[in-house]
Amino acid sequence: MSSSFLAAFPLVFTQDVLIAMIASAIYGMVVGALPGLTATMATALLVPVTFYLSPIAAIATIITSSAMAIFAGDIPGCLVRIPGTPASAAYTDEAYKMTLKGQAETALGICLWFSALGGIVGTIALVLIAPALAEVALSFSTFEYFWLAILGLMCSTLVARSSPVKAIAAMLLGLLVSCIGIENPAGTPRFTFGSTDLLGGIDAIAALVGVFALAEVMRAVTQKDPPSIPDRKLGSILKGQIELTKRYPKQQIRGNIVGTLIGALPGAGADMAAWVSYSLSKRFSKEREKFGTGHPEGLVEAGASNNAALAGGWIPALLFGIPGDTITAIAIGVLYMKGLNPGPTLFTEKASSMYALYIIFLLANLLMIPLGIAMIRISKHVLKAPRSLIMPVIMVFCAVGAFSAAGNNLYAVLIVAFFGIAGYLMEENGFPVAAMVLGIVMGTMVEQNFVTSLIKSDGSILPFLSRPIAAFLAFLTFIALFWPLIAWLRRYKASLDAAAPAR
Amino acid sequence: MDSISRRSILAGGAAIGAAAGLGVAPARAQAWPARPITMVCPWGAGGGTDQTARIVASILERDLKQPVSVVNRTGGSGVVGHSAIATAAPDGYTIGMITVEITMMHHQGLTDLNPTSYTPLALMNEDPPGVQVPANSPYKNVKELADAIKAAPAGKFKASGTGQGGIWHLALIGWLGAMGLKPDHVAWVPSNGAAPAMQDLAAGGVDIVTCSVPEARAMLDAGKARSLAIMADQRNPQFKDVPTLNEMLGIKYSVGAWRGIAAPKGLPADIQARLVTALKSAYESKEFQEFMAARGFGTKFADPAGFASFMANGDKMMAEAMKAAGLAKKA
Repeated sequence: MSSSFLAAFPLVFTQDVLIAMIASAIYGMVVGALPGLTATMATALLVPVTFYLSPIAAIATIITSSAMAIFAGDIPGCLVRIPGTPASAAYTDEAYKMTLKGQAETALGICLWFSALGGIVGTIALVLIAPALAEVALSFSTFEYFWLAILGLMCSTLVARSSPVKAIAAMLLGLLVSCIGIENPAGTPRFTFGSTDLLGGIDAIAALVGVFALAEVMRAVTQKDPPSIPDRKLGSILKGQIELTKRYPKQQIRGNIVGTLIGALPGAGADMAAWVSYSLSKRFSKEREKFGTGHPEGLVEAGASNNAALAGGWIPALLFGIPGDTITAIAIGVLYMKGLNPGPTLFTEKASSMYALYIIFLLANLLMIPLGIAMIRISKHVLKAPRSLIMPVIMVFCAVGAFSAAGNNLYAVLIVAFFGIAGYLMEENGFPVAAMVLGIVMGTMVEQNFVTSLIKSDGSILPFLSRPIAAFLAFLTFIALFWPLIAWLRRYKASLDAAAPAR
Repeated sequence: MDSISRRSILAGGAAIGAAAGLGVAPARAQAWPARPITMVCPWGAGGGTDQTARIVASILERDLKQPVSVVNRTGGSGVVGHSAIATAAPDGYTIGMITVEITMMHHQGLTDLNPTSYTPLALMNEDPPGVQVPANSPYKNVKELADAIKAAPAGKFKASGTGQGGIWHLALIGWLGAMGLKPDHVAWVPSNGAAPAMQDLAAGGVDIVTCSVPEARAMLDAGKARSLAIMADQRNPQFKDVPTLNEMLGIKYSVGAWRGIAAPKGLPADIQARLVTALKSAYESKEFQEFMAARGFGTKFADPAGFASFMANGDKMMAEAMKAAGLAKKA
């Protein structure tokens, strides 16, 4: 272990990796700070760039830019009450109230300081949990992988903040898309209409760029420019943060743990973590009445939580190739492209690469503090950039990126366009695109493992339930499947109970 | 770690080469090649075909004094990339690495492309299938395994190595046929390539994996699997201890996954001649031979005429094997 750990340092501290990290950090900061541009979009647009980087540098750009973007999303939320990324939406009002009270620097300081702490704690969880799980996962056969994939799909519908019916519909649509092509267990072409390009299936990365970047551009077209921020000099950013760290230790730890767990859950990422942590903080607070008036407590917990979720998302992604959030859904594609195929063997055969990844996570979160302060200082200018200039540039990046990532194939650009429109229409009508993306990414995995398992067991479904780990995963899957029903029944019963005495 | 530093060096080298090439291109005479050449690889980055394509490209680059960039056009079990090579302009600026699948896919009705859809340039490599079992398998040699397979009811043994109807699946069918057994006597578990199949072998999911020995190497070196035989005429000098089927069972069955360089049909003869000379000297270079030997990949050369007849033979063999296995599309 120690030898691969030492071997990881020269992998990280090379010129190309460090330059890639700093460049992607600045890029992530800017994208995150611009309202309407998400961390997922920042990652999606990076994919074609990673093509020209070494594997470690490629992963470093994704880790760094997403961490920065999640933090930077807090800046416009705090200053103009528009969250830069959805992950900041949960506490935007709270942060803005603090700004109104003249405490903008404290609010931004909280976001920065606790984001960095949350990111570091999330990384430590990744370092501790992932290799231990890898040992167990080495004995996983197709039966276990089948349940894991199904469980991931069920979770993605469970955590969507929309109606479960729409979430399941979106997921099934994703599964249908993953059926296209010839990459299925029987090697039979499906839905190809005689097209050679469709024979290769729908490239998940192109679809992701469409859904997360192009759809966002389309949405921006229909919205007004955000208001410019009031001119005011900011004081010291980090002043008083140590004191707050001491005042809210419990909130912070809870935020970190909840964030990591939610991040690890397939389909749920930083935005979900922030919502849950903010409401937990409010629920368990001794000063609940102060929430919503510019109170730092919820900010501490949720700010830590969304950055912890980022690292958490990498746990299932690296171990099983199951994305923990939409960012790692893209990262998995890059891992495959770079020959770092996800799976338990990654931790044994390429251990030094894994340690390199941990080091990058820590570095990125440390880098966040100085760069974050700089970003806050210049945020006024960044926020002034007109959308009418930014959005066309992003559009060009989408097309050029997809074209080069697919080996100079125009077909990928068509996929981006198609999924951009589809993603826009879905979001506008309340269908969560994250569930569809999970369906596209994991559809092949579900089918492949189901069919090969049945061949191995001579058509018997018994081994799906008789192997102990498989049975446990199956149990969790069924809970996830029936959870909306259970929750609905409980709510229904509660409403009956509440209604009864009134009559 | 080893592979990463190597890859980053390669990538860096390619980038510098590209930059240098762009700088000098306009100054050169108009003779071919006047601009960078694209080499299409129908399979993913990091795999055996990709590695072979990249080493050939880097040697060609020095000979032709133009950047040769490898583009991975993946998907559709190789159809997408093979079609990209065949449909490119035959101007010598797009060449590609074609693989054994070109003699198989059209029998399955996946594409109209076949070996005659290209201008063959050179055969570079061939790897025979091996017979791998888990380290704890009760069968000490391939004879014991063959006897057990014969004695067992159909479908009891499970084998894997690639997708349904892939080259390693046909290797198994051919071997079973040579022993007088039906193609489905051993059940085929489709996998996404050799590496996942080997992992499933180590996890106890399947009994046999018929991928090539170099592809099985990681698990063999880790002591999690054993290679009992190869389906070839001769032993592989890199794996001297692995006998051939002929030695052990007296079965003269040999087949292989090959890789070669081809251009779109209609390539001008002078460009073809220049490319063949370059490929021949690349094949003979110490660098190529050492690279392939280090990975355990077999080397086999054939000039355009030899490559064409090699593919025609292979195509005929595959047609029969796939028809027998029920994998060919019924006309």
